[in-house]
Amino acid sequence: MAGATRSNSATRVSRPLLGLSLAVYLFLYIPLIVVIVYSFNASRVQSGEWGGFTLDWYNKLLHNETLLNATLNSLIIGVAAAAIATVLGTLAGLALHRYKLRLLPVLVLAPVAIPEILQAVSLVLFFNAINLTLGMVSIILSHVAFCISFVAIVVRSRLQGMDESLTEAARDLGATPWQAFRMVTLPLIMPGIIAGALMAFTLSIDDFVITFFTSGPDAATLPLQIYSMIKVVVTPEVNAVSTLLMLLTLILIIIANKIAPSALQAK
Amino acid sequence: MANQPAAGLRARMARWPVTAPPTLYLVLFFLVPTLIMVLASIQYPGEFGGLSPILIEDQGHTRLDITLENYQRAVSETIYLQLFLKSLWYAIVTTVLCLVLAYPLSMMIARSNKKYRDLLLLLVILPFWSNFLIRIYAWMIILGPQAALAKGVNAALGAVGMEPVSLLFSPFAVIVGLVYVHLPFMILPLYANLEKHDPTLLDAAQDLGANAWQRFWKVTFPLSLPGVYAGAALVFIPALGAFAVPDLLGGTDAIMIGNVIKEQFREARDWPFGAALSFVLMAVALLAALAAAWAGKRYQQQAD
Repeated sequence: MAGATRSNSATRVSRPLLGLSLAVYLFLYIPLIVVIVYSFNASRVQSGEWGGFTLDWYNKLLHNETLLNATLNSLIIGVAAAAIATVLGTLAGLALHRYKLRLLPVLVLAPVAIPEILQAVSLVLFFNAINLTLGMVSIILSHVAFCISFVAIVVRSRLQGMDESLTEAARDLGATPWQAFRMVTLPLIMPGIIAGALMAFTLSIDDFVITFFTSGPDAATLPLQIYSMIKVVVTPEVNAVSTLLMLLTLILIIIANKIAPSALQAK
Repeated sequence: MANQPAAGLRARMARWPVTAPPTLYLVLFFLVPTLIMVLASIQYPGEFGGLSPILIEDQGHTRLDITLENYQRAVSETIYLQLFLKSLWYAIVTTVLCLVLAYPLSMMIARSNKKYRDLLLLLVILPFWSNFLIRIYAWMIILGPQAALAKGVNAALGAVGMEPVSLLFSPFAVIVGLVYVHLPFMILPLYANLEKHDPTLLDAAQDLGANAWQRFWKVTFPLSLPGVYAGAALVFIPALGAFAVPDLLGGTDAIMIGNVIKEQFREARDWPFGAALSFVLMAVALLAALAAAWAGKRYQQQAD
Protein backbone atom coordinates (compact mmCIF):
# COMPACT_ATOMS: atom_id res chain seq x y z
CA MET A 1 0.00 0.00 0.00
CA ALA A 2 2.79 2.39 0.93
CA GLY A 3 4.35 1.74 -2.46
CA ALA A 4 1.11 2.65 -4.20
CA THR A 5 0.91 6.00 -2.42
CA ARG A 6 4.49 6.80 -3.30
CA SER A 7 3.93 5.91 -6.93
CA ASN A 8 1.13 8.45 -6.91
CA SER A 9 3.37 11.25 -5.78
CA ALA A 10 6.04 10.64 -8.42
CA THR A 11 3.77 10.08 -11.42
CA ARG A 12 0.79 12.17 -10.39
CA VAL A 13 -0.35 15.04 -12.61
CA SER A 14 1.02 18.02 -10.70
CA ARG A 15 -0.72 21.37 -10.50
CA PRO A 16 1.69 23.28 -12.78
CA LEU A 17 1.44 20.47 -15.32
CA LEU A 18 -2.34 20.68 -15.22
CA GLY A 19 -2.24 24.47 -15.60
CA LEU A 20 0.09 24.31 -18.61
CA SER A 21 -2.05 21.62 -20.25
CA LEU A 22 -5.17 23.69 -19.76
CA ALA A 23 -3.41 26.66 -21.38
CA VAL A 24 -2.53 24.52 -24.42
CA TYR A 25 -6.13 23.31 -24.71
CA LEU A 26 -7.25 26.95 -24.64
CA PHE A 27 -4.72 27.77 -27.36
CA LEU A 28 -6.23 24.97 -29.45
CA TYR A 29 -9.86 25.96 -28.93
CA ILE A 30 -10.05 29.75 -28.53
CA PRO A 31 -9.48 30.47 -32.25
CA LEU A 32 -12.31 28.15 -33.28
CA ILE A 33 -14.65 29.53 -30.62
CA VAL A 34 -13.91 33.06 -31.90
CA VAL A 35 -14.97 32.03 -35.40
CA ILE A 36 -18.19 30.40 -34.16
CA VAL A 37 -19.11 33.40 -32.01
CA TYR A 38 -18.43 35.84 -34.86
CA SER A 39 -20.72 33.86 -37.14
CA PHE A 40 -23.65 35.05 -34.99
CA ASN A 41 -22.36 38.61 -34.60
CA ALA A 42 -24.46 41.27 -36.37
CA SER A 43 -21.54 43.71 -36.50
CA ARG A 44 -19.97 43.77 -39.94
CA VAL A 45 -16.57 44.92 -38.74
CA GLN A 46 -14.69 42.17 -36.94
CA SER A 47 -13.45 44.39 -34.15
CA GLY A 48 -14.43 42.34 -31.16
CA GLU A 49 -17.51 44.44 -30.69
CA TRP A 50 -20.77 42.60 -30.24
CA GLY A 51 -23.44 44.01 -32.55
CA GLY A 52 -26.18 41.70 -31.39
CA PHE A 53 -27.20 38.16 -32.31
CA THR A 54 -28.05 37.43 -35.93
CA LEU A 55 -28.54 34.55 -38.34
CA ASP A 56 -28.09 36.90 -41.32
CA TRP A 57 -24.74 35.42 -42.36
CA TYR A 58 -26.23 31.94 -42.50
CA ASN A 59 -29.16 33.28 -44.48
CA LYS A 60 -26.79 34.99 -46.93
CA LEU A 61 -24.99 31.67 -47.47
CA LEU A 62 -28.13 30.03 -48.76
CA HIS A 63 -28.30 32.62 -51.54
CA ASN A 64 -24.60 32.62 -52.42
CA GLU A 65 -24.58 30.74 -55.74
CA THR A 66 -20.78 30.57 -56.11
CA LEU A 67 -20.38 29.15 -52.65
CA LEU A 68 -23.13 26.58 -53.13
CA ASN A 69 -21.59 25.51 -56.43
CA ALA A 70 -18.18 25.20 -54.81
CA THR A 71 -19.72 23.09 -52.05
CA LEU A 72 -21.31 20.81 -54.62
CA ASN A 73 -17.95 20.47 -56.42
CA SER A 74 -16.24 19.65 -53.14
CA LEU A 75 -18.81 16.98 -52.33
CA ILE A 76 -18.51 15.36 -55.78
CA ILE A 77 -14.71 15.39 -55.57
CA GLY A 78 -14.76 14.16 -51.98
CA VAL A 79 -17.05 11.21 -52.69
CA ALA A 80 -15.25 10.20 -55.90
CA ALA A 81 -11.75 10.55 -54.42
CA ALA A 82 -12.72 8.76 -51.21
CA ALA A 83 -14.33 5.88 -53.14
CA ILE A 84 -11.29 5.28 -55.37
CA ALA A 85 -8.77 5.88 -52.60
CA THR A 86 -10.61 3.49 -50.28
CA VAL A 87 -10.38 0.61 -52.77
CA LEU A 88 -6.74 1.28 -53.66
CA GLY A 89 -5.77 2.14 -50.08
CA THR A 90 -7.35 -1.03 -48.69
CA LEU A 91 -5.42 -3.10 -51.24
CA ALA A 92 -2.25 -1.22 -50.33
CA GLY A 93 -2.88 -1.81 -46.61
CA LEU A 94 -3.37 -5.54 -47.26
CA ALA A 95 -0.25 -5.69 -49.42
CA LEU A 96 1.87 -3.90 -46.82
CA HIS A 97 0.63 -6.20 -44.10
CA ARG A 98 0.99 -9.50 -45.97
CA TYR A 99 4.03 -9.19 -48.19
CA LYS A 100 7.58 -7.97 -47.88
CA LEU A 101 7.64 -5.38 -50.64
CA ARG A 102 10.22 -2.80 -51.59
CA LEU A 103 8.52 -0.24 -53.84
CA LEU A 104 5.01 0.04 -52.36
CA PRO A 105 6.00 1.03 -48.78
CA VAL A 106 8.07 3.89 -50.19
CA LEU A 107 5.23 4.98 -52.49
CA VAL A 108 2.74 4.90 -49.62
CA LEU A 109 4.87 6.73 -47.04
CA ALA A 110 6.72 9.28 -49.21
CA PRO A 111 3.66 11.45 -50.02
CA VAL A 112 3.04 11.82 -46.29
CA ALA A 113 6.69 12.61 -45.61
CA ILE A 114 7.30 15.45 -48.07
CA PRO A 115 5.77 18.95 -47.98
CA GLU A 116 2.40 19.02 -49.73
CA ILE A 117 3.41 21.78 -52.11
CA LEU A 118 5.93 19.45 -53.77
CA GLN A 119 3.23 16.94 -54.62
CA ALA A 120 1.09 19.79 -55.93
CA VAL A 121 3.81 21.18 -58.17
CA SER A 122 4.84 17.80 -59.56
CA LEU A 123 1.21 16.94 -60.37
CA VAL A 124 0.79 20.21 -62.28
CA LEU A 125 3.88 19.38 -64.33
CA PHE A 126 2.57 15.86 -64.90
CA PHE A 127 -0.90 16.96 -66.05
CA ASN A 128 0.78 19.45 -68.35
CA ALA A 129 2.99 16.70 -69.76
CA ILE A 130 0.03 14.42 -70.53
CA ASN A 131 -2.05 17.35 -71.79
CA LEU A 132 -4.86 16.92 -69.30
CA THR A 133 -6.88 20.10 -68.88
CA LEU A 134 -6.97 21.10 -65.21
CA GLY A 135 -10.43 20.72 -63.68
CA MET A 136 -12.55 18.28 -61.71
CA VAL A 137 -10.76 15.20 -63.14
CA SER A 138 -7.28 16.43 -62.32
CA ILE A 139 -8.40 17.37 -58.79
CA ILE A 140 -9.92 13.92 -58.18
CA LEU A 141 -6.82 12.12 -59.52
CA SER A 142 -4.61 14.25 -57.26
CA HIS A 143 -6.76 13.76 -54.18
CA VAL A 144 -6.74 9.99 -54.67
CA ALA A 145 -2.93 10.12 -54.84
CA PHE A 146 -2.59 11.60 -51.35
CA CYS A 147 -5.59 9.83 -49.76
CA ILE A 148 -4.34 6.29 -50.59
CA SER A 149 -1.56 6.61 -48.01
CA PHE A 150 -3.91 7.50 -45.16
CA VAL A 151 -6.39 4.73 -45.97
CA ALA A 152 -3.52 2.23 -46.29
CA ILE A 153 -2.07 3.23 -42.91
CA VAL A 154 -5.43 2.92 -41.13
CA VAL A 155 -6.28 -0.43 -42.78
CA ARG A 156 -2.84 -1.84 -42.03
CA SER A 157 -3.10 -0.86 -38.36
CA ARG A 158 -6.46 -2.63 -38.26
CA LEU A 159 -4.90 -5.75 -39.83
CA GLN A 160 -2.07 -5.69 -37.30
CA GLY A 161 -4.62 -5.99 -34.51
CA MET A 162 -6.34 -8.90 -36.26
CA ASP A 163 -5.90 -12.58 -35.67
CA GLU A 164 -4.38 -13.84 -38.92
CA SER A 165 -5.12 -17.47 -37.99
CA LEU A 166 -8.80 -16.84 -38.78
CA THR A 167 -8.00 -16.37 -42.45
CA GLU A 168 -5.71 -19.40 -42.37
CA ALA A 169 -8.48 -21.46 -40.75
CA ALA A 170 -10.84 -20.47 -43.55
CA ARG A 171 -8.24 -21.55 -46.12
CA ASP A 172 -7.72 -24.86 -44.31
CA LEU A 173 -11.46 -25.45 -44.42
CA GLY A 174 -11.30 -25.19 -48.20
CA ALA A 175 -12.11 -21.57 -48.90
CA THR A 176 -10.48 -20.05 -51.98
CA PRO A 177 -8.26 -17.00 -51.30
CA TRP A 178 -11.10 -14.77 -52.56
CA GLN A 179 -13.69 -16.50 -50.35
CA ALA A 180 -11.42 -16.27 -47.32
CA PHE A 181 -10.93 -12.58 -48.01
CA ARG A 182 -14.58 -11.74 -48.67
CA MET A 183 -16.06 -13.80 -45.84
CA VAL A 184 -13.42 -13.53 -43.12
CA THR A 185 -10.84 -10.80 -43.62
CA LEU A 186 -13.10 -8.15 -45.14
CA PRO A 187 -15.78 -8.16 -42.42
CA LEU A 188 -13.05 -8.02 -39.77
CA ILE A 189 -11.25 -5.03 -41.27
CA MET A 190 -14.47 -3.26 -42.32
CA PRO A 191 -14.36 -0.75 -39.43
CA GLY A 192 -10.84 0.22 -40.53
CA ILE A 193 -11.96 0.58 -44.14
CA ILE A 194 -14.91 2.79 -43.18
CA ALA A 195 -12.74 4.93 -40.93
CA GLY A 196 -10.21 5.20 -43.78
CA ALA A 197 -12.96 6.19 -46.21
CA LEU A 198 -14.25 8.89 -43.86
CA MET A 199 -10.71 10.13 -43.36
CA ALA A 200 -10.14 10.27 -47.13
CA PHE A 201 -13.41 12.16 -47.60
CA THR A 202 -12.48 14.67 -44.89
CA LEU A 203 -8.96 15.14 -46.26
CA SER A 204 -10.34 15.70 -49.75
CA ILE A 205 -13.03 18.17 -48.64
CA ASP A 206 -10.41 19.96 -46.55
CA ASP A 207 -7.55 20.09 -49.03
CA PHE A 208 -6.33 23.48 -50.11
CA VAL A 209 -2.71 23.36 -51.27
CA ILE A 210 -2.93 20.54 -53.83
CA THR A 211 -6.34 21.70 -55.06
CA PHE A 212 -5.06 25.26 -55.44
CA PHE A 213 -2.48 24.05 -57.95
CA THR A 214 -4.39 21.30 -59.75
CA SER A 215 -7.72 23.09 -60.26
CA GLY A 216 -8.63 24.82 -63.47
CA PRO A 217 -10.46 28.13 -63.82
CA ASP A 218 -13.94 26.60 -63.63
CA ALA A 219 -13.60 24.01 -60.88
CA ALA A 220 -13.65 25.96 -57.63
CA THR A 221 -13.92 23.89 -54.47
CA LEU A 222 -15.11 25.08 -51.07
CA PRO A 223 -11.60 25.64 -49.65
CA LEU A 224 -10.64 27.60 -52.79
CA GLN A 225 -13.75 29.72 -52.33
CA ILE A 226 -12.96 30.24 -48.65
CA TYR A 227 -9.43 31.23 -49.64
CA SER A 228 -10.68 33.93 -51.97
CA MET A 229 -13.11 35.09 -49.28
CA ILE A 230 -10.37 35.59 -46.70
CA LYS A 231 -7.51 36.60 -49.00
CA VAL A 232 -8.98 39.83 -50.36
CA VAL A 233 -11.89 41.24 -48.36
CA VAL A 234 -13.19 39.26 -45.43
CA THR A 235 -16.98 39.08 -45.24
CA PRO A 236 -18.54 37.68 -42.06
CA GLU A 237 -20.24 35.02 -44.20
CA VAL A 238 -16.99 33.09 -44.00
CA ASN A 239 -17.55 32.64 -40.25
CA ALA A 240 -20.89 31.02 -40.98
CA VAL A 241 -19.39 28.64 -43.60
CA SER A 242 -16.63 27.77 -41.17
CA THR A 243 -19.07 27.01 -38.37
CA LEU A 244 -21.16 24.77 -40.63
CA LEU A 245 -18.03 22.96 -41.81
CA MET A 246 -16.94 22.38 -38.22
CA LEU A 247 -20.37 20.94 -37.50
CA LEU A 248 -20.10 18.61 -40.51
CA THR A 249 -16.66 17.42 -39.43
CA LEU A 250 -17.88 16.85 -35.89
CA ILE A 251 -20.74 14.69 -37.18
CA LEU A 252 -18.31 12.67 -39.35
CA ILE A 253 -16.00 12.14 -36.37
CA ILE A 254 -18.88 10.98 -34.19
CA ILE A 255 -19.91 8.51 -36.89
CA ALA A 256 -16.32 7.29 -37.31
CA ASN A 257 -15.94 6.97 -33.56
CA LYS A 258 -19.10 4.88 -33.32
CA ILE A 259 -17.96 2.55 -36.11
CA ALA A 260 -14.30 2.22 -35.31
CA PRO A 261 -13.05 3.90 -32.15
CA SER A 262 -9.62 2.29 -32.41
CA ALA A 263 -9.10 3.02 -36.10
CA LEU A 264 -9.70 6.73 -35.61
CA GLN A 265 -6.81 6.99 -33.22
CA ALA A 266 -4.45 5.37 -35.67
CA LYS A 267 -4.04 8.80 -37.20
CA MET B 1 5.12 -26.69 -50.64
CA ALA B 2 6.25 -23.08 -50.84
CA ASN B 3 9.69 -24.21 -51.96
CA GLN B 4 8.37 -25.79 -55.11
CA PRO B 5 8.85 -23.40 -58.00
CA ALA B 6 5.28 -23.81 -59.25
CA ALA B 7 3.80 -22.99 -55.85
CA GLY B 8 6.15 -20.00 -55.51
CA LEU B 9 5.02 -18.72 -58.85
CA ARG B 10 1.39 -19.20 -57.92
CA ALA B 11 1.87 -17.32 -54.66
CA ARG B 12 3.49 -14.53 -56.64
CA MET B 13 0.58 -14.47 -59.09
CA ALA B 14 -1.89 -14.34 -56.19
CA ARG B 15 -0.20 -11.17 -54.99
CA TRP B 16 -0.80 -9.28 -58.17
CA PRO B 17 -4.48 -8.35 -57.77
CA VAL B 18 -3.60 -6.92 -54.35
CA THR B 19 -0.30 -5.17 -54.97
CA ALA B 20 -0.59 -4.06 -58.59
CA PRO B 21 -3.49 -1.53 -58.52
CA PRO B 22 -2.17 0.70 -55.71
CA THR B 23 1.40 0.37 -56.94
CA LEU B 24 0.46 1.34 -60.49
CA TYR B 25 -1.62 4.28 -59.30
CA LEU B 26 1.11 5.66 -57.08
CA VAL B 27 3.79 5.12 -59.72
CA LEU B 28 1.67 7.03 -62.22
CA PHE B 29 0.46 9.83 -59.94
CA PHE B 30 3.31 10.17 -57.49
CA LEU B 31 6.58 8.70 -58.73
CA VAL B 32 6.33 9.77 -62.38
CA PRO B 33 5.23 13.35 -61.48
CA THR B 34 8.13 13.62 -59.03
CA LEU B 35 10.56 12.49 -61.74
CA ILE B 36 9.01 14.98 -64.17
CA MET B 37 9.61 17.70 -61.59
CA VAL B 38 13.27 16.73 -61.33
CA LEU B 39 13.52 16.72 -65.12
CA ALA B 40 11.74 20.08 -65.40
CA SER B 41 14.30 21.63 -63.09
CA ILE B 42 17.00 21.19 -65.73
CA GLN B 43 14.86 22.37 -68.66
CA TYR B 44 14.47 25.85 -70.13
CA PRO B 45 11.21 27.74 -69.66
CA GLY B 46 8.86 27.78 -72.63
CA GLU B 47 8.26 30.96 -74.58
CA PHE B 48 4.77 31.44 -73.14
CA GLY B 49 5.30 29.77 -69.79
CA GLY B 50 5.46 26.02 -69.28
CA LEU B 51 8.51 24.15 -70.47
CA SER B 52 10.56 24.32 -73.62
CA PRO B 53 10.97 20.91 -75.28
CA ILE B 54 13.77 18.78 -73.91
CA LEU B 55 14.87 17.61 -77.37
CA ILE B 56 15.38 20.21 -80.06
CA GLU B 57 16.25 20.07 -83.76
CA ASP B 58 19.55 21.82 -84.30
CA GLN B 59 20.93 21.93 -87.86
CA GLY B 60 19.41 18.58 -88.71
CA HIS B 61 20.57 16.97 -85.48
CA THR B 62 18.40 16.25 -82.49
CA ARG B 63 20.06 17.31 -79.28
CA LEU B 64 19.25 17.49 -75.59
CA ASP B 65 18.43 21.02 -74.52
CA ILE B 66 19.07 20.99 -70.81
CA THR B 67 20.71 23.37 -68.36
CA LEU B 68 21.88 23.82 -64.79
CA GLU B 69 21.08 27.55 -64.92
CA ASN B 70 18.03 27.16 -62.66
CA TYR B 71 20.14 25.74 -59.86
CA GLN B 72 22.85 28.33 -60.43
CA ARG B 73 20.23 31.01 -60.05
CA ALA B 74 18.81 29.41 -56.91
CA VAL B 75 22.20 29.48 -55.17
CA SER B 76 23.78 32.58 -56.66
CA GLU B 77 20.98 35.08 -56.15
CA THR B 78 21.21 35.88 -52.46
CA ILE B 79 17.48 36.56 -52.17
CA TYR B 80 16.69 32.87 -52.64
CA LEU B 81 19.40 31.74 -50.25
CA GLN B 82 18.06 34.18 -47.66
CA LEU B 83 14.55 32.87 -48.24
CA PHE B 84 15.69 29.31 -47.68
CA LEU B 85 17.50 30.31 -44.50
CA LYS B 86 14.45 32.24 -43.31
CA SER B 87 12.16 29.27 -44.03
CA LEU B 88 14.57 26.98 -42.17
CA TRP B 89 14.58 29.41 -39.25
CA TYR B 90 10.78 29.62 -39.12
CA ALA B 91 10.50 25.83 -39.31
CA ILE B 92 13.05 25.36 -36.49
CA VAL B 93 11.35 27.93 -34.23
CA THR B 94 7.99 26.31 -34.98
CA THR B 95 9.34 22.85 -34.11
CA VAL B 96 10.84 24.05 -30.81
CA LEU B 97 7.67 25.90 -29.81
CA CYS B 98 5.53 22.89 -30.71
CA LEU B 99 7.75 20.72 -28.52
CA VAL B 100 7.49 23.15 -25.60
CA LEU B 101 3.69 23.33 -25.89
CA ALA B 102 3.16 19.65 -26.64
CA TYR B 103 5.29 18.23 -23.84
CA PRO B 104 3.25 19.21 -20.77
CA LEU B 105 -0.01 18.30 -22.50
CA SER B 106 1.24 14.89 -23.69
CA MET B 107 2.69 14.18 -20.24
CA MET B 108 -0.56 15.18 -18.55
CA ILE B 109 -2.60 12.89 -20.83
CA ALA B 110 -0.15 9.99 -20.41
CA ARG B 111 -0.36 10.29 -16.62
CA SER B 112 -4.11 10.70 -16.46
CA ASN B 113 -6.53 8.00 -15.48
CA LYS B 114 -6.80 5.44 -18.29
CA LYS B 115 -10.54 6.14 -18.51
CA TYR B 116 -10.03 9.73 -19.63
CA ARG B 117 -6.98 9.36 -21.91
CA ASP B 118 -8.92 8.66 -25.10
CA LEU B 119 -11.21 11.61 -24.49
CA LEU B 120 -8.32 13.97 -23.69
CA LEU B 121 -6.55 12.84 -26.85
CA LEU B 122 -9.69 13.26 -28.94
CA LEU B 123 -9.91 16.84 -27.65
CA VAL B 124 -6.43 17.43 -29.11
CA ILE B 125 -7.33 15.99 -32.50
CA LEU B 126 -10.77 17.60 -32.77
CA PRO B 127 -9.70 21.16 -33.76
CA PHE B 128 -7.22 19.61 -36.16
CA TRP B 129 -10.09 18.07 -38.12
CA SER B 130 -11.69 21.42 -38.80
CA ASN B 131 -10.84 23.02 -42.13
CA PHE B 132 -7.20 24.02 -42.50
CA LEU B 133 -7.96 27.48 -43.91
CA ILE B 134 -10.46 28.19 -41.15
CA ARG B 135 -7.81 27.50 -38.56
CA ILE B 136 -5.55 30.04 -40.26
CA TYR B 137 -8.41 32.48 -40.73
CA ALA B 138 -9.22 32.35 -37.00
CA TRP B 139 -5.78 33.82 -36.35
CA MET B 140 -6.40 36.54 -38.93
CA ILE B 141 -9.31 37.65 -36.73
CA ILE B 142 -7.44 37.32 -33.44
CA LEU B 143 -4.28 39.10 -34.63
CA GLY B 144 -6.12 41.61 -36.84
CA PRO B 145 -5.52 45.34 -36.27
CA GLN B 146 -9.07 45.91 -35.02
CA ALA B 147 -9.07 43.02 -32.56
CA ALA B 148 -8.64 43.48 -28.83
CA LEU B 149 -5.22 41.83 -28.75
CA ALA B 150 -3.57 44.24 -31.20
CA LYS B 151 -5.26 47.22 -29.55
CA GLY B 152 -4.08 46.12 -26.12
CA VAL B 153 -0.52 45.50 -27.26
CA ASN B 154 -0.34 48.84 -29.05
CA ALA B 155 -1.85 50.69 -26.09
CA ALA B 156 0.85 49.15 -23.89
CA LEU B 157 3.55 50.04 -26.42
CA GLY B 158 2.15 53.58 -26.68
CA ALA B 159 2.25 53.96 -22.90
CA VAL B 160 6.01 53.37 -22.91
CA GLY B 161 6.43 55.65 -25.93
CA MET B 162 6.98 53.02 -28.62
CA GLU B 163 5.62 52.88 -32.15
CA PRO B 164 2.53 50.72 -32.69
CA VAL B 165 3.16 47.36 -34.36
CA SER B 166 1.12 45.16 -36.64
CA LEU B 167 0.60 41.68 -35.23
CA LEU B 168 -0.98 40.34 -38.40
CA PHE B 169 1.19 40.15 -41.55
CA SER B 170 4.38 39.67 -39.57
CA PRO B 171 6.86 36.86 -38.88
CA PHE B 172 5.20 36.57 -35.46
CA ALA B 173 1.83 35.81 -37.09
CA VAL B 174 3.44 33.21 -39.39
CA ILE B 175 5.07 31.41 -36.46
CA VAL B 176 1.84 31.44 -34.44
CA GLY B 177 -0.06 30.02 -37.43
CA LEU B 178 2.58 27.36 -38.13
CA VAL B 179 2.61 26.26 -34.49
CA TYR B 180 -1.17 26.16 -34.39
CA VAL B 181 -1.68 23.99 -37.47
CA HIS B 182 1.19 21.60 -36.67
CA LEU B 183 0.85 21.14 -32.90
CA PRO B 184 -1.09 17.83 -33.02
CA PHE B 185 1.71 16.27 -35.11
CA MET B 186 3.99 16.78 -32.09
CA ILE B 187 1.47 15.82 -29.41
CA LEU B 188 0.48 12.45 -30.91
CA PRO B 189 3.93 10.79 -31.23
CA LEU B 190 5.04 12.29 -27.90
CA TYR B 191 1.98 10.91 -26.16
CA ALA B 192 2.42 7.52 -27.84
CA ASN B 193 5.92 7.40 -26.36
CA LEU B 194 5.20 8.83 -22.89
CA GLU B 195 2.24 6.51 -22.45
CA LYS B 196 4.57 3.49 -22.55
CA HIS B 197 6.92 4.73 -19.80
CA ASP B 198 7.15 2.53 -16.74
CA PRO B 199 6.03 4.62 -13.73
CA THR B 200 8.17 2.55 -11.35
CA LEU B 201 11.27 4.19 -12.88
CA LEU B 202 10.11 7.54 -11.50
CA ASP B 203 9.42 5.92 -8.14
CA ALA B 204 12.93 4.54 -8.10
CA ALA B 205 14.36 7.95 -8.97
CA GLN B 206 12.33 9.52 -6.18
CA ASP B 207 13.48 6.89 -3.68
CA LEU B 208 17.04 7.69 -4.68
CA GLY B 209 16.42 11.32 -3.82
CA ALA B 210 15.78 12.91 -7.22
CA ASN B 211 13.51 15.96 -7.11
CA ALA B 212 10.73 16.57 -9.63
CA TRP B 213 12.97 18.46 -12.04
CA GLN B 214 15.74 15.82 -11.89
CA ARG B 215 13.19 13.07 -12.42
CA PHE B 216 12.01 14.81 -15.53
CA TRP B 217 15.40 15.73 -16.93
CA LYS B 218 17.24 12.47 -16.10
CA VAL B 219 14.46 9.90 -16.58
CA THR B 220 11.39 11.05 -18.51
CA PHE B 221 13.01 13.27 -21.11
CA PRO B 222 15.81 10.90 -22.25
CA LEU B 223 13.29 8.07 -22.54
CA SER B 224 10.97 10.23 -24.62
CA LEU B 225 13.61 11.09 -27.25
CA PRO B 226 12.21 8.73 -29.94
CA GLY B 227 8.86 10.51 -29.61
CA VAL B 228 10.61 13.88 -29.77
CA TYR B 229 12.47 12.92 -32.96
CA ALA B 230 9.31 11.62 -34.65
CA GLY B 231 7.29 14.68 -33.65
CA ALA B 232 10.07 17.05 -34.70
CA ALA B 233 10.20 15.50 -38.18
CA LEU B 234 6.40 15.58 -38.52
CA VAL B 235 6.35 19.30 -37.66
CA PHE B 236 9.56 20.51 -39.25
CA ILE B 237 9.01 19.04 -42.73
CA PRO B 238 5.53 20.42 -43.48
CA ALA B 239 6.39 23.71 -41.73
CA LEU B 240 9.43 24.13 -43.99
CA GLY B 241 7.29 23.77 -47.12
CA ALA B 242 4.37 25.82 -45.78
CA PHE B 243 2.62 27.96 -48.31
CA ALA B 244 -0.90 28.83 -47.10
CA VAL B 245 0.13 30.03 -43.63
CA PRO B 246 2.72 32.61 -44.77
CA ASP B 247 0.47 33.51 -47.72
CA LEU B 248 -2.40 34.49 -45.41
CA LEU B 249 -0.68 35.53 -42.17
CA GLY B 250 2.70 36.79 -43.39
CA GLY B 251 3.35 40.20 -44.80
CA THR B 252 5.70 41.00 -47.64
CA ASP B 253 8.71 40.37 -45.41
CA ALA B 254 7.39 37.13 -43.91
CA ILE B 255 7.15 35.01 -47.06
CA MET B 256 8.65 31.54 -47.19
CA ILE B 257 10.09 29.32 -49.90
CA GLY B 258 6.65 27.82 -50.56
CA ASN B 259 5.35 31.23 -51.60
CA VAL B 260 8.18 31.70 -54.08
CA ILE B 261 7.56 28.28 -55.60
CA LYS B 262 3.87 29.13 -55.99
CA GLU B 263 4.87 32.46 -57.58
CA GLN B 264 7.04 30.70 -60.17
CA PHE B 265 4.17 28.40 -61.13
CA ARG B 266 1.38 30.98 -61.04
CA GLU B 267 2.46 34.58 -61.64
CA ALA B 268 6.03 34.41 -62.99
CA ARG B 269 5.34 31.27 -65.04
CA ASP B 270 8.96 30.18 -64.78
CA TRP B 271 8.26 26.48 -64.22
CA PRO B 272 11.86 25.20 -64.49
CA PHE B 273 13.06 27.63 -61.82
CA GLY B 274 10.06 26.71 -59.63
CA ALA B 275 10.93 23.03 -60.15
CA ALA B 276 14.57 23.67 -59.17
CA LEU B 277 13.48 25.42 -55.96
CA SER B 278 11.08 22.51 -55.30
CA PHE B 279 13.89 20.01 -55.76
CA VAL B 280 16.07 21.85 -53.24
CA LEU B 281 13.14 21.90 -50.81
CA MET B 282 12.59 18.18 -51.35
CA ALA B 283 16.27 17.46 -50.72
CA VAL B 284 16.19 19.40 -47.42
CA ALA B 285 12.93 17.68 -46.38
CA LEU B 286 14.35 14.23 -47.14
CA LEU B 287 17.54 15.07 -45.24
CA ALA B 288 15.44 16.07 -42.24
CA ALA B 289 13.46 12.82 -42.48
CA LEU B 290 16.68 10.78 -42.71
CA ALA B 291 18.19 12.66 -39.77
CA ALA B 292 15.14 11.86 -37.64
CA ALA B 293 15.23 8.20 -38.68
CA TRP B 294 18.97 8.03 -37.99
CA ALA B 295 18.58 9.64 -34.54
CA GLY B 296 15.81 7.17 -33.71
CA LYS B 297 17.94 4.24 -34.81
CA ARG B 298 20.96 5.43 -32.85
CA TYR B 299 18.76 5.73 -29.77
CA GLN B 300 17.60 2.13 -30.28
CA GLN B 301 21.18 0.88 -30.55
CA GLN B 302 22.20 2.71 -27.37
CA ALA B 303 19.20 1.27 -25.59
CA ASP B 304 20.09 -2.29 -26.63
